[in-house]
Amino acid sequence: MTSVRASLSSRTASLVALLIAVLWTTPTFGLLLSSFRQEDQIKSTGWWTFFSAPELTLENYQEVLFGASSSSGQLASFLINSIVITVPSVLFPLAFGSFAAYALAWLPFRGRDWIYIGIFALQVVPLQMALVPLLSFFSQGVEVFGLHLLPAWNLEGTGRFVQVWFAHTCFGLPLSIFLLHNFMSELPGELMEAARSDGATHGMIFRRIVLPLVAPALASLAIFQFLWVWNDLLVGLIFAGGTAESAPMTVRLAQMAGTRGNEWQRLTAGAFVSVIIPLVVFLSMQRYFVRGLLAGSVKG
Amino acid sequence: MDLDFDLSAESPKFVQLAIGVVAFLAVVGLVLLLLDRTPMRQRARLHATILLAPAVTLLTIGLIVPAVRTTLLSFMSGDGTDFVGLANYAWMFTQPEAVTVLRNTLAWVVLVPLLVTAIGLVYAVIVDHSRFESLAKTLVFLPMAISFVGAGIIWKFVYAYRPEGADQIGLLNQVVVWFGGEPRQWLLDSPLNTLFLIVVMVWIQAGFATVVLSAAIKSIPSDIVEAAKLDGAGPAQMFFRVTLPSIRPAIIVVLVTQSFGMLKLFDIVRTMTGGQFDTSVLANEMYNQAFRYGETGRGAALAVFLFVLVTPVVVYQLRTRRAVR
Repeated sequence: MTSVRASLSSRTASLVALLIAVLWTTPTFGLLLSSFRQEDQIKSTGWWTFFSAPELTLENYQEVLFGASSSSGQLASFLINSIVITVPSVLFPLAFGSFAAYALAWLPFRGRDWIYIGIFALQVVPLQMALVPLLSFFSQGVEVFGLHLLPAWNLEGTGRFVQVWFAHTCFGLPLSIFLLHNFMSELPGELMEAARSDGATHGMIFRRIVLPLVAPALASLAIFQFLWVWNDLLVGLIFAGGTAESAPMTVRLAQMAGTRGNEWQRLTAGAFVSVIIPLVVFLSMQRYFVRGLLAGSVKG
Repeated sequence: MDLDFDLSAESPKFVQLAIGVVAFLAVVGLVLLLLDRTPMRQRARLHATILLAPAVTLLTIGLIVPAVRTTLLSFMSGDGTDFVGLANYAWMFTQPEAVTVLRNTLAWVVLVPLLVTAIGLVYAVIVDHSRFESLAKTLVFLPMAISFVGAGIIWKFVYAYRPEGADQIGLLNQVVVWFGGEPRQWLLDSPLNTLFLIVVMVWIQAGFATVVLSAAIKSIPSDIVEAAKLDGAGPAQMFFRVTLPSIRPAIIVVLVTQSFGMLKLFDIVRTMTGGQFDTSVLANEMYNQAFRYGETGRGAALAVFLFVLVTPVVVYQLRTRRAVR
């Protein structure tokens, strides 16, 4: 009796699991399949009818990536922008974050705890709090009580990338310092002591001992920051402008979804182009991602 | 089809990227050089200053000063010249459209965490120790790598509408038609459209809950599980008496992180409806007021309100996190 009930309940359970797995994959699969169908077919029949008359084309990808008309997407340009934005926006917070984390974890100096708590608390500040003043700082400089502290940057064209790097670095730093500090402070103190008595400088300890030991943490942090920057819409929208000169792919796709919401041949192919790179990174480094996630690193 | 893509026209971007990377190497090199040049017998303060300088400078210019200025701006008029007191905050709580925004945000903050946790928990329990566990988890986890914009497009396609009688191209309407219903414009009718947007977020975040809760389930000591089995506990008893109490901290972490993330939700609403049809939320409204309508004061007030809402959640989150550790 118990075994019958147990097998019955395990069968229901498997069914529920299967249902969830199917529900979770079908939307993406439908989009992927549609992106390879011809325009008139996408617009007139559902993608599930594909199986009765299979026919595939790469035309949508050609058009959305390289098409000449301004309505076609020109995603190739935006794809390059996304790459140009992402590389420095991942490097800077990682490097500056690990410098700061090392100092906060292993250097005894007065006021250390206060600086740590301050940075810790900054995780609370939503980036919405910084957007308006930061934008005016780029265009007008910083002025406090009539005193010019910093000049305006007046960046145009590809110079806009610098603004985006700057913003992403600032917004990424609190989490980066917090996480790396957690990992670094757990390293054994004898290791540092031994190195120091052998005459190693802080630079040597940092490079030869600390960095190799926290490499897994750096890897998970790099994936987080990469996914965050690559998938970001808000920062790109505000600091990169809206043109092919410097805006990332997400900004372009959001534009297309708004103004050409029914041009499904472009939207499906475009969405897939933007999704494929993070998916590959994610699948190949899933282990680090999960580890970082479980370390409590969830972007604020 | 007319194809036109000129890689050489893109070269300034790569030059800019090279400049960025060189600047990066230069700064990192400079910090390390200064660090090596400072003798170890110097006080730690000097070393710390060198190491902390880049981060602290950036945080001051990029976050602290702007946050203070935003707070000041929230008491100013739209163009930031006249002091208006609490007028912007009064606007937020009295204008009908602003109240709709608050109502929607509340729906997101309450519904998404609950649904995500429930689905993640059920799924994690079911696939635990099954043959396909890692594949099953990866499938549900994949949407986490997709941008909110990409997810918005994927689901806009699921919700696509064609008039009755015509072939449907959206999966949801096709299913409705198969069951003999009438196709509907899912994203147009308030307040149900907010629910259809929430579905998208649940789809993205369920993987997060699955992974965190699954790890928690696996860390339940096996002697507890064995003892319960020996005492003849069935699956249901097992779940409610053993699993659930053991993973309570993890469940709270998921609930809290999710609700706090939903406060700042922006991309999905922006991509799928642009905030029209009464679907706008706080962060979207903040963007509109500050960057589209030039109402800097109102935008700033919304940002400050966001900050006030987020603060206790994060403080709580940090405390539980410390307790877990």
